[in-house]
Amino acid sequence: MREKIIYGMAVLAAVLLARNLHSTFLVLPDEANQGMIYRIMFFHIPAAWTALLACAVALIASVMFLVTKDFKYDALAVAVTEVGLAFLAVNLVTGSIWARIIWGIWWTWDARLTSAFACWLLYFGYLMLRGAIDEPTRRATLGAVFSIFAFADVPIVIFSIKWWRTQHPQPVFWGGGSMDSAMWLTTMLNWVALMLVGAVLLLIRLRQEEAQREIDSMRRMVHAI
Amino acid sequence: MTGAAIAVAVDAVWKFHGDYPALRDIGMKILPGQCVALLGRNGAGKTTLLRILAGLSSAGRGTVRIFGNPVRERETRRRVGVLGHGISIYDELSALENLRLFGKLYGIANPERSANEWLERTGLERAKNGLVREFSRGMRQRLAVARAFLHEPDVLLLDEPFTALDDRAIAVLQGVMRRAREQGRTIVMSTHQLREALDLASHVALLNRGKLGYFGERTAEMLADTGWLYRHYDA
Amino acid sequence: MNFLRQALTIAAKDLRAELRTKEAIQASLSFALVILLLFSFSFDPSEDEIRVLSGGLLWIVFAFAGALILNRTFAREIPNDCLDALVAAPLSGAALFLGKALASFILLFAMELMCFPVFGIFYNVRWTGQFWPLMLVLALATWGFTVIGTTFSALTVNMRLREIMLPLLVYPLMIPCLLAAIRLTSHLVAGQPLDPEVMVWMRLLVGFNIIFTSLALVLVESVLLG
Repeated sequence: MREKIIYGMAVLAAVLLARNLHSTFLVLPDEANQGMIYRIMFFHIPAAWTALLACAVALIASVMFLVTKDFKYDALAVAVTEVGLAFLAVNLVTGSIWARIIWGIWWTWDARLTSAFACWLLYFGYLMLRGAIDEPTRRATLGAVFSIFAFADVPIVIFSIKWWRTQHPQPVFWGGGSMDSAMWLTTMLNWVALMLVGAVLLLIRLRQEEAQREIDSMRRMVHAI
Repeated sequence: MTGAAIAVAVDAVWKFHGDYPALRDIGMKILPGQCVALLGRNGAGKTTLLRILAGLSSAGRGTVRIFGNPVRERETRRRVGVLGHGISIYDELSALENLRLFGKLYGIANPERSANEWLERTGLERAKNGLVREFSRGMRQRLAVARAFLHEPDVLLLDEPFTALDDRAIAVLQGVMRRAREQGRTIVMSTHQLREALDLASHVALLNRGKLGYFGERTAEMLADTGWLYRHYDA
Repeated sequence: MNFLRQALTIAAKDLRAELRTKEAIQASLSFALVILLLFSFSFDPSEDEIRVLSGGLLWIVFAFAGALILNRTFAREIPNDCLDALVAAPLSGAALFLGKALASFILLFAMELMCFPVFGIFYNVRWTGQFWPLMLVLALATWGFTVIGTTFSALTVNMRLREIMLPLLVYPLMIPCLLAAIRLTSHLVAGQPLDPEVMVWMRLLVGFNIIFTSLALVLVESVLLG
């Protein structure tokens, strides 16, 4: 059953992605100011939203683990953090490519780039912390505590970097302008597609995590004999 | 029998490492004045269980109550003394400072006086102002005993107390335990030294791979033949 | 009140033990001096440049050197399994945390205070123009650093590579606090008063401290019991 759900979602994601790629490259016109490159936004923005959502799910899963001590939630927390990090990386890389075309540089300490990078580092620390602890219960507990700290920090990081940068000269943002409704639709649909991809990855990762836990406990069982 | 009349009540306690249960469904009721020898092979879960009783680790499932109260409650911990593997005293502080520190943390009435009494009892009064890092091994062990029990706990938890102790420290510890038994206090100790443990104990608990294989009074058979218990209950 | 007394007992214990060996404070202070010296001759900044750089320079020094103190906060409980005795004793995890944080705060603050005159001499800066506001900023930012550092000292205490893990986890979390501290310190060392333009950073520091002090006090029990 679970297998079928994963396949179903994957197929749905593929169809949606195909539809979005078609409309992105063959239907929608170039943007007036930016030309061709603005299309990267259809991935850049939904990836950021997906990553943000992943952080929120990680927070909820971490709190639930501390309350219930149920390893289901620990598996969810680590799986969703990894998937979130992947999407945040997509966001960072696409942002950097966009900056290369529009600003002529790969990287600038622009507020959003910097805070996205800081968040990435923060959650990467979560995975690093887990990697350093062998005992599963301790790993899950300390990981959960760290995840809560990280989530509380994200908005403050974003705010502080934004404030820091606004006091400095900064590259010009692309001219405000409201998004055309067709573009809006594609952005939203691509968000749905990326969320589906994320969910598929999450489910696969969750299964791995559960299998790993089972293997670990069997190992301990063998050692105990 | 009400909860408060049971010194240590362990009810359906499980401890997990991931999915692996290190303790499975442990249940026992230890009454005031009993001295329980916690036996079992290495890795059977003796230390894990003692740590849960001491409030150093939380049970994955089930409850532990001491005189009817949860272990992590402050009043409960005041009534419990723990002697673990480590000596739990600070090398950079003097013997007196160490005892005074824990006396204060346990909120005993006159930390200074209790500390001095215990220093005398453990034969350390002459060295009381010396830093612990200058102490010999035996002196440190005696100080550790004083540190663990200077607040006169009603429940004494000891993890392998006699392992690697020198003669004098063993004598001190035995004195403390004898006194505790006379005063009707409760003792739970894990140990490998079957002979000595069975002499002291009123009850025996045998852990086998996280399960409680036997819990009950120490019988004459056990004293007569130390292998009896393992042969019958440690499959 | 009992809570506060127990926290103070722990803090006094930590400070006394530290002053006997002076391990952490000596390591931290000499590390700080080395970085200050290295910066001074590798960049050789002019007077105008140093006014702009001072906050960043000082806080990078404090963050690096401070990690040595914070690492010891819980690590000093390890050698004889002392942490077990403290956790088994009838004091709440929050009191234990607060006591340890207090001791670390005092050590960090002392290290930072000693760095200022050295900084003034090496870089030829008159930094005392706004002395008391500067001390206030120093105290607030150091408390933020202490709270995060103490929490993670407890988290990493039984870990292999503890010394490396702590800074890797702490610095990203510290970004808001560090940014505020850097901006305010530069501002005050340059002799400008705490005007409305920089008040947002003061508010940020206070908010950061409140949020993470509360989080730490709530979560420390889970960390200690694992």
